[in-house]
Amino acid sequence: MSDGLPWGVLGVLLLLGAYHGVNPGMGWLFALSLGLQQRSRKAVLWALVPIALGHAIAIALTLAVVALAQLEIQFTTLKFLVAAILFALGLYRVFRSRHPRGAGMRVGFRDLTVWSFLMASAHGAGLMLAPVLLAPVLLTPRMQGMHHGMHHSMNSTAPFGLAGIAPSLLALAVLVHTLGLILVAGAVAILFYQFYEKWGLGLLRHTWFNFDLLWAFALIIAGAAALVV
Amino acid sequence: MLLKADPTFYPSPKLAAQAPHEKLAYVVALNPRGDGKPDALLVVDVDPASSSYGQIAGRTEMPNAGDELHHFGWNACSSALCPYAAHPHLQRRYLIVPGLRSSRIHILDIKDNPRQPKIVKVIEPEELARRTGYSRPHTIHCGPDGVYVSALGAPDGEGPGGIFALDHYTFEPLGRWEVDRGKQYLSYDFAWHLGYDTAVTSEWGTPRMVESGVIPEELLAGKYGHNLHFFDLRKRRLVQTIDLGAEYQMVLELRPAHDPTKAWGFAGVVISLKDLSSSIWLWFKDGDKWAAKKVIDIPAEPADPELLPPILKGFSAVAPLLTDINLSVDDQRLYASCWGTGESRQYDVSDPHNPKLIGSIHLGGIVRKTSHPARPGKALSGGPQMVELSRDGKRVYITNSLYGPWDKQFYPEGLDSWMVKVDVNGAGMALDPKFFLEFGDLRGHQVRLEGGDASSDSYCYP
Repeated sequence: MSDGLPWGVLGVLLLLGAYHGVNPGMGWLFALSLGLQQRSRKAVLWALVPIALGHAIAIALTLAVVALAQLEIQFTTLKFLVAAILFALGLYRVFRSRHPRGAGMRVGFRDLTVWSFLMASAHGAGLMLAPVLLAPVLLTPRMQGMHHGMHHSMNSTAPFGLAGIAPSLLALAVLVHTLGLILVAGAVAILFYQFYEKWGLGLLRHTWFNFDLLWAFALIIAGAAALVV
Repeated sequence: MLLKADPTFYPSPKLAAQAPHEKLAYVVALNPRGDGKPDALLVVDVDPASSSYGQIAGRTEMPNAGDELHHFGWNACSSALCPYAAHPHLQRRYLIVPGLRSSRIHILDIKDNPRQPKIVKVIEPEELARRTGYSRPHTIHCGPDGVYVSALGAPDGEGPGGIFALDHYTFEPLGRWEVDRGKQYLSYDFAWHLGYDTAVTSEWGTPRMVESGVIPEELLAGKYGHNLHFFDLRKRRLVQTIDLGAEYQMVLELRPAHDPTKAWGFAGVVISLKDLSSSIWLWFKDGDKWAAKKVIDIPAEPADPELLPPILKGFSAVAPLLTDINLSVDDQRLYASCWGTGESRQYDVSDPHNPKLIGSIHLGGIVRKTSHPARPGKALSGGPQMVELSRDGKRVYITNSLYGPWDKQFYPEGLDSWMVKVDVNGAGMALDPKFFLEFGDLRGHQVRLEGGDASSDSYCYP
């Protein structure tokens, strides 16, 4: 346990990355359109690098803030705080959606990184991960043992959850999540690129579930998860 | 709340060209009589299967008189699918209808009853002036991150004219758009190449120069607009101005290629001081710079001065007065309206540098007054003016009024307003004999088609 993250947690992080990756608003669509504009598959793949980087920075920053907050705030309070923010953000996104202004199609590495960072931050992508790392399975084995017997007395100030995880493990979490993102976003973007003449984006038109709405529900579910774990 | 993107949003022009046949057309109509009655937004039935085909199916009157409704547009369109600001939860639901004279902007909701749009918000001219410094709102384009509007000038009737944006959700004016306008002063239309982050603007005249008719002295002195301006769409800064030459007066309609990978478009020039001809220019990216060249010349036609309005008498010729052009969604056909000579022209622009004239229809005209097959023998006033195309490029809708005071100058005997439809097929253009709508006391101007048309949407995917 102390040597790494449990496979289950890694799996959830990877899946969440895949979920973020499949959302057209998180980057694959942007990468695709840049590739189509330049008629270059390489451009699609290149665009994914800054998109993944911006996403990773946003995630890392959020998790670091939550981890630091944990040093100051009681665990239970933090759990409720994370849950409350997730609920609020989710509800806000159900009823209202904003989009960034001032972006464009002639974008370089830095523009794309900033765009991806802003999209991930504004959508609460990092916060959606926080409940996973607040999960008791990440407690030290000793605390884990206590967890089963003393579920309701867990709200001491003992460092567990995020703050109990070494920075290297946090980095691993971000990496695994980002890997999930880039694999799925890359696969979707390249698939659309390869078959663009045949498919166009007609498929997108008919199947584009309102991802913002789905995303909002995901935030609320994550909020609930933060309370339950 | 939608569970999928608005079905009228298309990622690419290729897909938009497969859109279904429109059933309704929206036409703004102005009341030229000054009798205290307002202008209106008319809804025209364009469904050939309907019993009221070619007739007015609904009407919404504006709350005030004297707006001079002119151009208008949608709150949202296919650009909502652009990747950097994707928001497919928006709907093509509101028509933004400005009064060119009153500077009042009306927001009409078509959702509950598309045949009876409801006015849901009005932005008063004072508020527009306070927030943007602009007046006389003209062109509306639904952008990826807001509704963009061009304005002819400042509230005092002078310049500069420019662009402002409306918030996508509240329609509140967001202020002047330009961060650095350089020497740009006159304004009229604007267009953009989303794939190149470039906006193009054209020039007519300040409100003072147009609102009481064209001022011959200023026209002959070359004071009306003759420049094309290119702005960086993201930085909102002027990057280049192309002067077509003072001879080319009034650079009006701008029609960029719909394919976002193509960096070219057409601009129409109303009149040349040298020979009264009209011209169409191609702007295109040439390396890092923008360039423009004249690709179409439409000559004036000699005419008996007796048949000409005072403003043209001295020239013994009728000017074509190219007032509108439109480019098909597939970027293959260009339509040009010669309001003076009463002609609608069709060009093959598959090679935009070498357009070929492939079709022509005469209707009305200062001298010709050609009649419509539905009313043989009836001399028509006005000429083809606003031209709009269906997304599949098979139907062309044309109205004949230009602008209140200018109608009076060029058609002093009065202008009876009409709307016609042209079918486009392999053989070229043919007037639909079943479609001849007369507006009676009102004058029809711009046409917008239900679900979008050839000039309403822009795309981010090829």
